[in-house]
Amino acid sequence: MTLATVKENQQWAVADVPESDVAPAILLDRVTKRFRGDETRPAVLQDVSLTVAEGEFVSLLGASGCGKSTLLSLVAGLEKPTSGTVAAPGGRAALIFQEPALFPWLTAGQNVELALKLRGVARKERRGQAEHLLDRVHLAGQHGSRVHELSGGMRQRVALARALGQEARILLMDEPFAALDAITRDVLHDELIRVWEETGLSIVFVTHNVREAVRLGQRVELMSSRPGRFVRRWTVDIDGPRRIESAGVAALASEITEDLRREIRRHAAVPRVKASS
Amino acid sequence: MSIGTLRSHGSGTTDDVASLEAGLDALDTPSRTTVPLLSRLRRSVLPPIVAVLFLLVVWLVLVALHVKPTYVLPPPSDVWATFTDYWEKGAVQEAVWNSLRRAFVGFAISVVVGTALGLLLAQSRFVRTAIGPLVSGLQSLPSVAWVPAAIIWFGLSDAAIYTVVLLGAVPSIANGLLAGVRQVPPLYLRVGRVLGARGWASIRYVVLPAAMPGYLAGLRQGWAFAWRSLMAAELITFSPELGTSLGQLLQIGRELSDMTLVMAAILMILVVGVGIELLVFAPIERQMLRSRGLTTGSAT
Ligand SMILES: Nc1ncnc2c1ncn2[C@@H]1O[C@H](COP(=O)(O)OP(=O)(O)OP(=O)(O)O)[C@@H](O)[C@H]1O
Ligand SMILES: [Mg+2]
Repeated sequence: MTLATVKENQQWAVADVPESDVAPAILLDRVTKRFRGDETRPAVLQDVSLTVAEGEFVSLLGASGCGKSTLLSLVAGLEKPTSGTVAAPGGRAALIFQEPALFPWLTAGQNVELALKLRGVARKERRGQAEHLLDRVHLAGQHGSRVHELSGGMRQRVALARALGQEARILLMDEPFAALDAITRDVLHDELIRVWEETGLSIVFVTHNVREAVRLGQRVELMSSRPGRFVRRWTVDIDGPRRIESAGVAALASEITEDLRREIRRHAAVPRVKASS
Repeated sequence: MSIGTLRSHGSGTTDDVASLEAGLDALDTPSRTTVPLLSRLRRSVLPPIVAVLFLLVVWLVLVALHVKPTYVLPPPSDVWATFTDYWEKGAVQEAVWNSLRRAFVGFAISVVVGTALGLLLAQSRFVRTAIGPLVSGLQSLPSVAWVPAAIIWFGLSDAAIYTVVLLGAVPSIANGLLAGVRQVPPLYLRVGRVLGARGWASIRYVVLPAAMPGYLAGLRQGWAFAWRSLMAAELITFSPELGTSLGQLLQIGRELSDMTLVMAAILMILVVGVGIELLVFAPIERQMLRSRGLTTGSAT
């Protein structure tokens, strides 16, 4: 747990990975991440290993500041690990951010078209494809809408359409529905599962909401903070249609919540970094 | 494909969700309200007209009270008479045309130079530390200070005038762009990178559009400075070969001690400067702010 155990090991160690017959889409091997100017505290991520299989839906849970967004940034290539390896055999990753991140100088449709353009789609095909993508998230006819005219839920659906337009096989989502009301979130859960089933994307979904994690994921990973690492994993095994209020979801969610609470309490026991006078 | 191996966990019928979603979307979408053109005009045009009328009345009252002799403070009717006199001679048209042409050409060059300089400042830390303070400093240096130097370098010529205009406008434009770029939310840059925008594509599709508000403010200020500098330059680089211009009308008025001509020229300079501002920059800025949802569409 101390700084001395940080390894520069570049070899694969797949011991921690659940056996799976499907090829991995994301591989993190003993990844450590610290930010410059933040060396006095435990690492943001310490010796983290994670495998996400092709087509798998993984929920990532953890207290605020435990490094969930950092982990997604590493997978998306926005940050470099301090040590260890990050590989995405599944190809490039699309990332939906915590904050609403559509470009306000473009219309909803143009936001989607920009993803197509940057991918090299020919000009005359963009319009049609963008409309098709908007249709996929039930926003047909909103091509010309200004971003500020859309509700929070509609914005995140446009962001989803834009991400799908990247044609990436990996979709990373960073608390995408945190700012939405319960009903809208419910609808978007369905929407997301539908898209996932249609596309077979590999999805890593970060959330604070335990029920949401259980509602969506095939697997739930719990992270600890400072140092950030994976502490426990659940396989979600609920038969039939799932809803946020399903009994199965509630049961597993309360079990996970117990662990999450314990994880957070553990921090209270650890003496805080000495305060300077 | 692995889809077959996945366990479905949608929550129910798709129709259900679709109709719920449609209901939410309908509830959430703000309705666009448009204010009729007439009342919009009344709100935006009426106040300035009232202000101008008020100033005219003050002027008339001062003249009626004989606060100053009429060769110092002529009545509006005399100024108008001079104006129509010069109009009939074709001097007004020529002066406005010459000055506007120079202002446009000078401003256009300033935009090219200022934008390039602003981008350079934004992209290179070295350039920024090296000449950033200088560029900001130039902004507060009245460009009329450059006129003597410009005349020594280029003589009484258009080149001297353009030099002064450029030195007036370029720093504002460069600084505006720099400020705009530095205010671009880092989130947008990250989004751009995730979408695959690197290098020039990132500048072209993310940085520049995001920096637009600051850039436009810089352009607007740059125009004001260009126009101001031009008048200073025309006033001082007085030469018959340069043709009639607004600044030159001022100079002629001074030499003839003709206050009506001086006032007519000042008013024309004001009207042209304000006119460009209102007819060109204000609509562009309003359009940009509105399309980004930075103003409430109807309130003006
Ligand atoms: N660019 C950065 N420079 C320095 N420290 C950073 C940077 N980005 C994140 N951190 C630190 O890393 C830790 C983890 O941040 P991160 O955003 O990954 O957490 P998170 O789990 O996503 O939190 P939240 O649930 O609040 O979104 C935090 O303590 C944060 O202060
Ligand atoms: Mg986060």
